[in-house]
Amino acid sequence: MTLDSALLMNSTRGPDRGTQGMAAAGTPKMRVSRLGFWYGSTLALENISIDIPVNRITALIGPSGCGKSTFLRVLNRMYETVRHTSVEGEALLDNESIFSMDVTTLRRRVGMVFQKSNPFPKSIFDNVAYGLRIAGGMDGLQLREAVESSLRRAALWDEVKDKLHEPAYALSGGQQQRLCIARALAVNPEVLLLDEPSSALDPIATAKIEDLLFTLKQSCTVVLVTHNMQQAARVGDFTGFFLLGKLIEFDRTDIIFKRPAKRETEDYITGRFG
Amino acid sequence: MAAAATSRVQLFRRRLQAGDEAAHLLTLLFGVSILLITVLLVWELWVNSALPRQKFGLGFLFGRVWDPVAEQFGALPFIYGTVVTSAVALLIAVPFGLGAAIFLAELAPARISSALTFVVELLAAVPSVIFGLLGVFILVPFLRTTVQPALQSTLGYLPIFRGPVLGVGLLAAGVVLAIMIVPFIVSISREALLAVPAEQREAALALGATRWEATRQVVVPYARLGIFGSVLLALARALGETMAVTMVIGNDPRISASLLAPGYSIAAVIANEFTEASSEMHVQALIELGLVLFLLTILLNGVARLLILGMGRQGGRP
Amino acid sequence: MKTRFILRKAINALMLGLTGLCALVTVSVLFFILGYLLWNGGRALDWNFFTKLPSPPGETGGGMANAIAGSAKLILISVLVGLPVGFMAGVYVAEFSGKTMAFFVRYTTDLLNGVPSIVIGIFVYAIAVLPVKHFSVLAGGLALSLILIPVVVRTTEEFLRSVPGPLREGALALGARHWQAVATVIVPAAARGILTGAILGAARVAGETAPLLFTSFNNRYWSPGLGEPSASLPVMIFTYAIAPYDDWHRQAWAAGLVLLGLVLAANIATRWILSKGLSAQR
Repeated sequence: MTLDSALLMNSTRGPDRGTQGMAAAGTPKMRVSRLGFWYGSTLALENISIDIPVNRITALIGPSGCGKSTFLRVLNRMYETVRHTSVEGEALLDNESIFSMDVTTLRRRVGMVFQKSNPFPKSIFDNVAYGLRIAGGMDGLQLREAVESSLRRAALWDEVKDKLHEPAYALSGGQQQRLCIARALAVNPEVLLLDEPSSALDPIATAKIEDLLFTLKQSCTVVLVTHNMQQAARVGDFTGFFLLGKLIEFDRTDIIFKRPAKRETEDYITGRFG
Repeated sequence: MAAAATSRVQLFRRRLQAGDEAAHLLTLLFGVSILLITVLLVWELWVNSALPRQKFGLGFLFGRVWDPVAEQFGALPFIYGTVVTSAVALLIAVPFGLGAAIFLAELAPARISSALTFVVELLAAVPSVIFGLLGVFILVPFLRTTVQPALQSTLGYLPIFRGPVLGVGLLAAGVVLAIMIVPFIVSISREALLAVPAEQREAALALGATRWEATRQVVVPYARLGIFGSVLLALARALGETMAVTMVIGNDPRISASLLAPGYSIAAVIANEFTEASSEMHVQALIELGLVLFLLTILLNGVARLLILGMGRQGGRP
Repeated sequence: MKTRFILRKAINALMLGLTGLCALVTVSVLFFILGYLLWNGGRALDWNFFTKLPSPPGETGGGMANAIAGSAKLILISVLVGLPVGFMAGVYVAEFSGKTMAFFVRYTTDLLNGVPSIVIGIFVYAIAVLPVKHFSVLAGGLALSLILIPVVVRTTEEFLRSVPGPLREGALALGARHWQAVATVIVPAAARGILTGAILGAARVAGETAPLLFTSFNNRYWSPGLGEPSASLPVMIFTYAIAPYDDWHRQAWAAGLVLLGLVLAANIATRWILSKGLSAQR
């Protein structure tokens, strides 16, 4: 797929395409200011400032090891599972600092889907219901309705509705990843972080997930890390380019890919596309 | 960085309040209980052996006489019996065990190797008293009627093969111990050999070595720390073995040069005399023997584990 | 040159044979043991063995019903005490502890594991028999639990650690607290392995004799409750084997067969459980 056809595909899908700018996108869902992040004494993210627009898909691209996954993991404080990390700067979710709120509340509002699908060794139903059960407060009927609704949102319901109590491992790779998306959606997050969600999947499964993201952004804010520039071009409303721990440029997808302001961005883009 | 520090403290405190602290404390309790039990064990051993320690001091370890009636307690016959039977056990078990380990790790085809390894591990699970049972009814008569007369007629001039042929004795105990510790030598040495990087073996083979040459000259030396560790672990087990030894060693607290003579081991005398002990001094002397055994095995286990860990980390280089 | 080559090949073949012989001899020991037990023990097994109490020396027709019940009770006590303690300690080391505490707990667990079982017997004698001045099943069960605990701790830790990181992260990312993730995802994922550790530990404890010699001691009759001395299979085997009565020897063989049969069955069963678990995942 060429860059032009990717951007064209983007623009033909549904309303508000890349013609609208940041201002039209409304108040940002998450605002990050001067974020710095260290693994021990190594600086991994430097002075990141970015506004994630609400109900849009923000794609983050960049070469391997440039910090985009690290950045994602700051947004839901998953870095706290690793020792000797430290963070500096400000990050707000709806004007509330993510560092001062309760971490499990944060993680329910900001969900994450991982690169390699990681369903629990439980049934399909139990996987999707997990987050809801942990939070508590739902009876059996509400739980079943919530599970069905999440599986529908993840475009998986029709394929699994007859085998909800079979093990999740019996599903194919693409289905497992959609299951993980359903599982993340079940707790109704306001933001969904996806870390290279289709890098391990074939093109058909990838297309299904990308379609899914389009419908999702109407109810959710999506941040997508991808090493696949065509995916960013196909799917992202806004794109951010990371390089060596810094955010080089962040703008509407068509601007990033057609008229990048920074030299490094242009080098990266053109390096990929012949 | 200051902003980061306070926010980290804040979220740490928040985390603790949320039920993680309760879980941490609850499991900590159980972890600490193991520490307490171990400390209590050592303390009880020490406190309950006070009488003989005060009366005999270090001489306890060198006293040759064990006479409960006269209240004379010397540990030497038991230390001797324990050491000799363990030495005999190692002499028999190490060649067999190492040979088997080499076969299973290096020379045998994979399917045979895994099946045989499984059987060896089952052998390690056989209870001591079963070995004793077979020792009493099968091994001892066999030694008495066949092996020992043969040894005497051929090598009878050696002091270790003198004396009446009874079947029971140091040799019988040594053989039974050997059979019991072989599985440990086999399985740990086998793992040590398997841990040698394939490149080492392949480098030797690529230079034209036969499989045995590659094994003997490259693989085994590389794994020597782990192999030595397995021998020490096996020795530690042999020292503490009670039932099988008690049933075939002859239970005679004297020191004799001959392997055919009956003897006694530390564990065996404790097992036999503890419930019959006549006086407080007698009981405490047996407990002091238990303390000696405890210290010996802990020391050996500690060194063995260091070696086996060292093998994992350094990969065989000294 | 040629002769040296032939010599090297010959040595190679010879060593293959010799080491193979060592392996064969080692393996055949197990079959020897099984064979003798099946032959001598099989002949001696009868209905009386499982149902009757021991008869006085010289009389035939006795059995080991009380020893079987006693062993069952002892194993049960040891599992009821040892499994929770070992499991929680294993969870502590694998999930909640810092580096220094983990080191200490692991170190003392290994220490406890290496203590000869007769010394464990002395210890429990000092704390559970001496103060009340009589032997008891409870004391025997306690001694066995001390042998079981290190096994359970080590298996629990090992299998908890082996749960893949992504599974852990998936739970945390859904808003689970650490302890919730441990209880609802990590422990269930490791459950099969932990269970096999418990079974193997119980099998080992079933065959232990030395620690029972001065804790649960022995009993010619039934042992109700927890406070009385009790017969047990291993102690009966020991007592009967060294006694001068043929009928008792016969029964010792039968008991040996039963004991070994149970131990081997448990070991093989855990192997099967583990292999089933591995193939079920992905």
